[in-house]
Amino acid sequence: MSEQWTTIIKSNTKWFDINLKELFRYRDLIVLFVKRNYATRYKQTILGPLWLILNPLITVFLYSFVFGSIAGLSTDGVPQMAFYMASNAIWTYFAGCLTQTSDTFVANAAIYGKVYFPRLTTPISTVITGVLDLGIQIVMLVIIMAAYVVRGIHFELDYSVCFIPVLIIQVAILGLGCGIIISALTTKYRDLAVLAKFGVQLWMYASPVVYSVTQIPEEYRSLYLLNPMAPILTVFRHSFFGTGEIPWAAWGISWVVTAGVLVLGVVLFSKIEKTFMDTV
Amino acid sequence: MEEIAIQITNLKKQYKLGAIGGGTLTADLQSWWARKRGKADPNVQLGIDAEQFGKRFWALDGIDLSIRKGEAVGIIGANGAGKSTLLKILSRVTAPTEGEVKIKGRISSMLEVGTGFHGELTGRENIYMNGAILGMNKKEIEAKIEDIIEFSECREFIDTPVKRYSSGMYVKLAFAVAAHLDADILVMDEVLAVGDMKFQEKCLGKMGDGSASEGKTVLYVSHNMNTIRQLCTRCIVLERGKIIYDGETEQAIAIYMDRNTGDLRTRYDLSHAERPLLQPGKSVRLHSFEFLDKEHAVFDRKEKIRFKIEWSATENIPGLRIYFLIRFADSSVVGMTESEAFGDAEAGVRKTSYFEFDPAEFADGRYYFFADVFSMNESRAHLSYDHPYEKIYFEISSSNETGLVWQSKYWGHVRLNPIVCVEKN
Repeated sequence: MSEQWTTIIKSNTKWFDINLKELFRYRDLIVLFVKRNYATRYKQTILGPLWLILNPLITVFLYSFVFGSIAGLSTDGVPQMAFYMASNAIWTYFAGCLTQTSDTFVANAAIYGKVYFPRLTTPISTVITGVLDLGIQIVMLVIIMAAYVVRGIHFELDYSVCFIPVLIIQVAILGLGCGIIISALTTKYRDLAVLAKFGVQLWMYASPVVYSVTQIPEEYRSLYLLNPMAPILTVFRHSFFGTGEIPWAAWGISWVVTAGVLVLGVVLFSKIEKTFMDTV
Repeated sequence: MEEIAIQITNLKKQYKLGAIGGGTLTADLQSWWARKRGKADPNVQLGIDAEQFGKRFWALDGIDLSIRKGEAVGIIGANGAGKSTLLKILSRVTAPTEGEVKIKGRISSMLEVGTGFHGELTGRENIYMNGAILGMNKKEIEAKIEDIIEFSECREFIDTPVKRYSSGMYVKLAFAVAAHLDADILVMDEVLAVGDMKFQEKCLGKMGDGSASEGKTVLYVSHNMNTIRQLCTRCIVLERGKIIYDGETEQAIAIYMDRNTGDLRTRYDLSHAERPLLQPGKSVRLHSFEFLDKEHAVFDRKEKIRFKIEWSATENIPGLRIYFLIRFADSSVVGMTESEAFGDAEAGVRKTSYFEFDPAEFADGRYYFFADVFSMNESRAHLSYDHPYEKIYFEISSSNETGLVWQSKYWGHVRLNPIVCVEKN
């Protein structure tokens, strides 16, 4: 029979079975998820969206006080407020992407158990939702920098400003990749979710967030830069403040790792999504 | 040749009995280590047969089925027959273990209405949300939104967050979205058991239209035989993961009900029957139920149904009563009857109580009920003490003096008292 089937459901155990065309067909759903995330986020809170500004401000003050004033960590001559604002913006976006997508299956079990739609739409919309917070923090950073410029401090900006969107995309991919790997594993072992939240904190101290790469002794630096977030943070601050060098090789490796993590994540995710309802 | 919409070949789904894995990595390692040393697994619940634990069973055991375009197919079967598993596989919520399903056309499943509804969003926003989850894109929803709002009867409140809706409105809105899906194949799980009667009729009508005039294929699972009768042109009976009948609806319902009623025995041992999860069975426990003076639980409506129950108690409770919610074999409720206070519970004492019940108003047919012991508090609210999940069946088969064959389908299951003329002329 020369039948044209639209869908074939099989006991699929193939590793590469990712339906990108279908994901694209559901793009409106991604947009709606993002809208819903915004619409419902600050309902029944006192300060509402003001938290978007307060949160990073408090963090940055705290960092300046603890790591800048008490610990006296170098910021490569960049004013502390600007330095920590930049680091915090990109790091919280990464951490947010990772932790919020890491419980995709468990958190959405109720809805996943009732209706089929490409499961990847949920983590993708989570990652897109986070861009607003990041944008606000970047605007705050620009305001802080403008304030410093008024007070006579110069920032050397060059072509590398163009890297900022590239970096944001990379961070989103890396965070999404790590998050969905964890989400696939947490369907069986719930405690991995706890580990993930704790691991992100540890990862922050292993990355140049509250300090600069120059603090790392020269002989360990190339090893240190294998952490995919290390070159990202370095390049991100270079793009804003023009400090230090762009570690091209390390950034290249970081991209390879990012791509690898994404592929592994998507493969694991689509493998788990077919049967996870039986285990959750 | 008619076009095939769904082709299922040798579909199987296997589940493991018992919990899957310990849930935590440490628990799994613990189990593995214990097995390695030949010791008892510390994570296996005591009391569960170790042989049974981890055994696999087939929830679906080789289903072969082809459904033509435009057919409305009902799927019936007892609990655990595999209906829900089949629907889950068709709606791609879970994957089969073996076999395959080929589908032609867009498939939409409604295992629940209102999936993805968010209380903080308005009715209109939720229509978009729910529609998109069910597979419509923005343009399709925009084209239909007016119809959906109209159908939902919620126009006044469409821009109010749905958390302010009454549950009826909520369900109507949810169903309105589902009813307007642009799918070629609809998979539905008892979702019609929603809303008020008028709305249910409207929904059934809409579904029926879809299958008859628009060539939509409908797959419908329900325990409610009336909606199956109304909606389906073909019906499948599942039992233990296999199809035991496939064909005409009335015939299928008859087979299902026959399989489901048991043997009309007179004695039921309730000591080990399952109970609801809460306290029932603790303070007062029913041990057995027995119809008296009968070989089978078949009664004429002019007879009295006599029965006894054996029960014991662990607390002193005054004024125990029993009640039965009596249902027809297809689960539709016929009526409720309760006893007067028949005794007081005394801790540690086992008692036997005798009862009589007059079935004069029952039409012929098979009925069942669950036994329930309760007492009434000062405000006349029921406090249930025991409710074993064991269906107790009886059949009413009356000698026919008027020549009238009772048609339950049209007249219900209750024969009301006759109309008496007070002044004949």
